[in-house]
Amino acid sequence: MTGNYPALLVTVPLLAAFVIYGCSWLHKRSCLFMALLGLTIPFAISVALLKKVLINGHISYHLGGWDPPWGIAYELDPINAIVLVAVTTVALVNLIATSKEIETRFSDRRGAFYALYLLFVVGLLGIVATGDLFNLYVLLEIASITGYSLIAMGDPARAPLSSLNYVFMGTIGACFYLLGVGYIYIMTGSLNMADVHALLPPLYHSSAIVVAFIFCLVGVMIKMGFFPLHSWLPNAYTYVPSPAASLIAPLMTKVMAYVMIRLMISVFSPKFVFSSIAASNAVVWLACLAIVMGALMALAQRDVRRMLTYIIVSEIGYIVGGAWIGNATAMSGAVLHIINDVLMTFCVFLSLGAIARSTKGYQIENFSGLFKKIPVTMATFVVSGLSIIGIPPTCGFFSKWYLILGAIEGGHYGFIVVLLLSSLINIILFFRIFEEAFFVYPKTNAVHTEGEASIAIAETPFVTLIPLVLTAILLIFTGIYSGSLIALIIKPVVSAGLL
Amino acid sequence: MDFLLTHLVAKYNFWLYIILMMIGLYAMIAKNNLIKKLVGMNIFQTAIILFYVSIGSKRGGTIPIVEHIAGGGEHAINPTRYVNPLPHVLMLTAIVVSVSTFGVALALAIKIYQRYKTLEEDELLTRIRES
Amino acid sequence: MKRLALLIVILSGGLLLYATKDFPSWGDPNSPASTHVSPRYLEKSLEETAVPNVVTAVLADYRGYDTMFETTVIFCAGVACFMLLRKFEPEERDLYYRHIPTGLTLHIKGEKQIPSTSKEFEKIDAIWTPYDFIINTVSRFLVPFIQLFALYVIAHGHHSPGGGFQGGVILGASIIVLAVAFNLRTAVRRFGEKIDGIMSALGVFIYAGVGAFCAILGAEFLNYRALAKILPVGKVMARSHGILAVEIGVGIAVMAVMICIYNNVASEGKFDEGL
Repeated sequence: MTGNYPALLVTVPLLAAFVIYGCSWLHKRSCLFMALLGLTIPFAISVALLKKVLINGHISYHLGGWDPPWGIAYELDPINAIVLVAVTTVALVNLIATSKEIETRFSDRRGAFYALYLLFVVGLLGIVATGDLFNLYVLLEIASITGYSLIAMGDPARAPLSSLNYVFMGTIGACFYLLGVGYIYIMTGSLNMADVHALLPPLYHSSAIVVAFIFCLVGVMIKMGFFPLHSWLPNAYTYVPSPAASLIAPLMTKVMAYVMIRLMISVFSPKFVFSSIAASNAVVWLACLAIVMGALMALAQRDVRRMLTYIIVSEIGYIVGGAWIGNATAMSGAVLHIINDVLMTFCVFLSLGAIARSTKGYQIENFSGLFKKIPVTMATFVVSGLSIIGIPPTCGFFSKWYLILGAIEGGHYGFIVVLLLSSLINIILFFRIFEEAFFVYPKTNAVHTEGEASIAIAETPFVTLIPLVLTAILLIFTGIYSGSLIALIIKPVVSAGLL
Repeated sequence: MDFLLTHLVAKYNFWLYIILMMIGLYAMIAKNNLIKKLVGMNIFQTAIILFYVSIGSKRGGTIPIVEHIAGGGEHAINPTRYVNPLPHVLMLTAIVVSVSTFGVALALAIKIYQRYKTLEEDELLTRIRES
Repeated sequence: MKRLALLIVILSGGLLLYATKDFPSWGDPNSPASTHVSPRYLEKSLEETAVPNVVTAVLADYRGYDTMFETTVIFCAGVACFMLLRKFEPEERDLYYRHIPTGLTLHIKGEKQIPSTSKEFEKIDAIWTPYDFIINTVSRFLVPFIQLFALYVIAHGHHSPGGGFQGGVILGASIIVLAVAFNLRTAVRRFGEKIDGIMSALGVFIYAGVGAFCAILGAEFLNYRALAKILPVGKVMARSHGILAVEIGVGIAVMAVMICIYNNVASEGKFDEGL
């Protein structure tokens, strides 16, 4: 059975989703339990796989028993495995933390909600693990369709329209990717990533392959919300219901950024990407623009959630920039930043969801006096904020550190300036909120009667609080161990790929 | 003339699909009505299906159902006689995906219409701003 | 917006046109797509899977994993439509009834309604309420034949164009015909929402379950060869039977999801009237 882990990782939550939806018509209360089970097993499997990959090296799993160019294969290397662990962790912890809200808010359709939740996770896990270009497209569509519908369940005034705009942009993105795959297929006759990688070198100068690469890349960039193509992202992630926000916002964009790196390294080769196309400077400058624009637009927001969505745009800029600088250090930094950013964004959105319980909205003014009211929840918010800024013991610092080292190595000094500038802007962004929450007290209308005593401690319930605190601790731990994360897991694969 | 023969006549299918696809893309970006955008999206996806099916064609090929003689599997099968089955399989998936996306998008459009009683984008934006 | 759209269209169209110059010409039997991977399917599928229809063999076996997710996509769409649109609380609205013996139409304002057990009155749609004897009778006669044909399409997918998706859509259409010819309530009475929801999950579950079952029997996921251990056939025929099993699952799922999408979209989630 252990040999089947790669397939079971994806199919256990898949089967669980079907069982949950079927059972929700008969017995509604069992849904949550099955959903938890359906995410705990893949979490355990992903950890086991990571261990196995670290010991035995690369795992290739042939689905249906057919060898790769004819059948579909799953390819797992240490980076894949660590991203899988990150995805399953976030999905599981988020489900535990938000289960209460899901149960009350979607009580009449919770079966459907859990099914879509699990299928979204299935899509992401498959995207990361698959070694087949077309299989990636199908899984991408699963993740997208479930994402569209989860987002549309938010604020009834705005969410459906934001989601529909996401459908249009997302479909263009997915179709561009599909088109790129078609161009690769017509030139090579293969869909398997490793096979395509081997067949491509003689075709590097063919215009069809260059166009295929451009279309795949643009498609993936639309999906990850890279700057000029990000227009769907802020609205979609602002109006999403909060249990889904802390699932979709951290994972979707980052997994797509990971797909971009996969495309660059294991489908095409760094030789093609950095030498034949010679666009790496332009893309790095575009990434700089994304970082600056994301940070500036975040500065213009009064709504904290909307501000965070623009920070995501800016973070995607870091990853794209790091990947396109084109040396092993920067690429490792980009991969590390994917993992760190998943955790940071998850922590910040989860704590925001918990905070929203005791505020009326997401405006900065609503945050006044929150440190007194919900000290622990605010502490986790602060930790995640510090991590996004990049303050040393938290993980955000270390990935930025590697990105800067890589940029120095590659001579992209503009990227360093932009990176530091955006960190400064992040400081302003977050300390604005911390200040409001720490020093300002809410203005109550009944000043004479109660005054300050009206701020009662109303801490988040434990079922949300404990996962939240654990995530915040995880941020610091990942930071402390990021050196070994780079040395053991990321660097060997990246260096081997970049040679 | 030579250019025409080698590029246009031999590949007119690929040119046609691009034109069709660009019509869809233009509608998706430029149209004001959400349903027209949806139709544009469908044209866009269908164009890609046309492209893939064109990849699969072989001159003189027939449908990929192998003729078999009862009891004997010995005779060799000549693959040039049948069109390439793989793009057809892939496009079956793409059709299903486009149907699903269309269904979800229609559901979203209905939800929007229920609330705002319009599907024109500019009217929607003014109504959102008013509320 | 129009200028931007035109710019994007010209740019990407130009890029795509430029790339076609390196394409092999249309229908070239020596193109890479026709010589690298696909010949194996054509040459070996009969020998390896005992399925003469190569498209079915590739769809459900060589690339069966794709198809499992394809069915999942359909399932997602059904669940999404249900979650987005379904309204459980009845809305206040005027009701219309037909008095069956006389054919008179009754318009009730307010909250009162005639109990659904009443044999003399029949609830009708507010917008358009024809009763066409010919359409009703013909479509009622047609339904079993449509369903029979759908089953043929599913079962004969191994030997002729067809399979689970096509058959499932036709099966779904047979119920939708009822909804169009009579009204949505009749169709929902014949094929309830609950059974529909369960069947949509069951269909995809059959597919993924067969795959997982192969894994339990000790082979790779979706390696139908392992089914030979429990079926009284050889390993090649086991593949053929495995394909049939998943095609049936696909058929069930597609049928249920098509009906679910139609019901939710046509009635805006209220399941009382529409189209």
